[in-house]
Amino acid sequence: MGRFLLSRLGDGIVAIWGVVTIVFVVSRLLGDPAILLLPVGATEEQLQALRAGLGLDRPIWEQYVTFLGGALRGDFGQSFQFMRPALSVVLERMPATMALAGSALLVGVVLGCVAGSMAALFRGTIVEGVVMLLALLGQATPVFWLGLLLILLFAVDLGLLPTGGYDGPMSLVLPALTLGTFTTASIARLLRSGMLDVMKDDHVRTARAKGLLPGTVFLWHIARNSLIPVVTMVGILAGELLGGSVVTETVFSWPGVGRLIVQAMEAKDFPVVQAGVMVIATIFVVINLFVDLLYGLLDPRIRARR
Amino acid sequence: MALLAIEGLSVGFAREGRFARVIPDLTYSVEAGETLGIVGESGSGKSVHALALLGLLPQPPGRILGGRAVFDGHDLLAMPEARLRDLRGGRIGMIFQDPMTALNPVLTIGRQIAEPLIRHKAMSMRQALDRATDLLALVGIRDGARRLSQYPHEFSGGMRQRVMIAIAISCEPALLIADEPTTALDVTVQGQILDLMAELRDRLRMTMVWITHDMGVVAGIADTIQVMYAGRIMERGPVNAVFASPRSAYTYGLLQSLPHGARPPGGRLMQIPGAPPDMFAPTPGDPFAPRNPFATPRCHREAPPLRAVEDSVAGHMVAAWYDLPRLLA
Repeated sequence: MGRFLLSRLGDGIVAIWGVVTIVFVVSRLLGDPAILLLPVGATEEQLQALRAGLGLDRPIWEQYVTFLGGALRGDFGQSFQFMRPALSVVLERMPATMALAGSALLVGVVLGCVAGSMAALFRGTIVEGVVMLLALLGQATPVFWLGLLLILLFAVDLGLLPTGGYDGPMSLVLPALTLGTFTTASIARLLRSGMLDVMKDDHVRTARAKGLLPGTVFLWHIARNSLIPVVTMVGILAGELLGGSVVTETVFSWPGVGRLIVQAMEAKDFPVVQAGVMVIATIFVVINLFVDLLYGLLDPRIRARR
Repeated sequence: MALLAIEGLSVGFAREGRFARVIPDLTYSVEAGETLGIVGESGSGKSVHALALLGLLPQPPGRILGGRAVFDGHDLLAMPEARLRDLRGGRIGMIFQDPMTALNPVLTIGRQIAEPLIRHKAMSMRQALDRATDLLALVGIRDGARRLSQYPHEFSGGMRQRVMIAIAISCEPALLIADEPTTALDVTVQGQILDLMAELRDRLRMTMVWITHDMGVVAGIADTIQVMYAGRIMERGPVNAVFASPRSAYTYGLLQSLPHGARPPGGRLMQIPGAPPDMFAPTPGDPFAPRNPFATPRCHREAPPLRAVEDSVAGHMVAAWYDLPRLLA
């Protein structure tokens, strides 16, 4: 188990390095930030001076080595826009992103598990039909559109909640609902199909042949065995949400990491883009490690193979 | 007194808009202390009717169309699910065919043996696990205390079937229904499980219904044999009488297809030609008639009732229009 974890950690570090390298290369292909940063009509000398100041005049491999060395120390350089260390610009946005991702996941896991279980338990009835129709709609509805509709209803028409911004728990409700709809729908659909598969398994018949109460059969012999795909899905969703949900953050003017990175790309603020992507890649690696650990807890056969 | 009496049980299956009565009308009983071996090929209704008795038949596609199944004075088919649940795993134990899939792969063996004890005997988890250790010893698994914390994948097929047996007998059932418990196992392991079951039956004084397609297994364990085909009883009687003088051409065919010492080595085993009938398109008459070389014209027209055989052996019954010993003579 220890060796397994170490090797997964090694894989994760390689993955982060790969992601960061690709971002470095791609961002250098996007154009000259010096032109963008200086007002129109700046002289060639002014441009040169800025490039030298930013280190953009040195050979690309030298920039890369400097960059990697800095990245190891958490130093991605100064943000071109904010003139502050890029990493702290990114990390400042993390609480907002985590609040949104956390609440969307909470909504998704709780409602998704309830809805998925209901659909599986009441298979072939109107309950399953309604739940699955809602889940399909929830998964297919574009997030920005749903967000706008919710703003129209709850903020503009009813005036119950703010239209956007990052100001207390009330401002969290609409964006969390918007993102939570998608996560709920994804988890519900996956859990339902997983449970329907497990219900056909012989061991469920054994459990019923023991005379166990329906609740025991459901929790210990159906739900317990259906969790692995759900954990995988939650891991992927958590990675995506913690990386910042650009669309939702934009619709609700939510000061999260996703919107920050997109704005930094538009402004060719390389240090912020690189720091942001590195942070997201790290989050993904950590979540994957966590998911791997959970697999082992959930399924002894996976534990045995390690 | 009969511990289990089935009267007029009828079970159907729906598939793709069509409906089949896989068990048209089944009546038989099992005396307390008796071991009944039910033999038949796939689709003979032998497993389906057992699942139907215990409320384990998936409905749909299955449907119980009628009949009674009186266990210890109470009709299993008429009682509410909650009462049936109290019997299942308690006074009626069941063992299934495939031990590789019948256990929950993500729960410990200990928990899986403890569950029925907690449910039916109101034991605590601690008490149930203690009892589970004893049960493992009873089914021949040594080092039970350690093995309780293991998972099914750490057991071989034969060991898993022993665990299944431990689960089934944990609450000392009056009736044990074993649905092909040795079919998925190696021949040597089959023998061990058979011996174990016979020993446990005697020790716990269990009545047993043993479902199999293997005549040899029945010969080893059963008092009474009941040969089923297309949901009907073709022949039934004491094992010795039926093996010595089968009266149904189907029983005769099954016995002839067994390898045994008297047959010259290298010779071909007999086989019954044809395939079981399509239950979605039933024909009138004896369902076995199309495959029966001894069939009379009447066999094709009219289904024979189960009647006593004139051999003065109590309980020997056959459903046939023809007289097999005369035809074989």
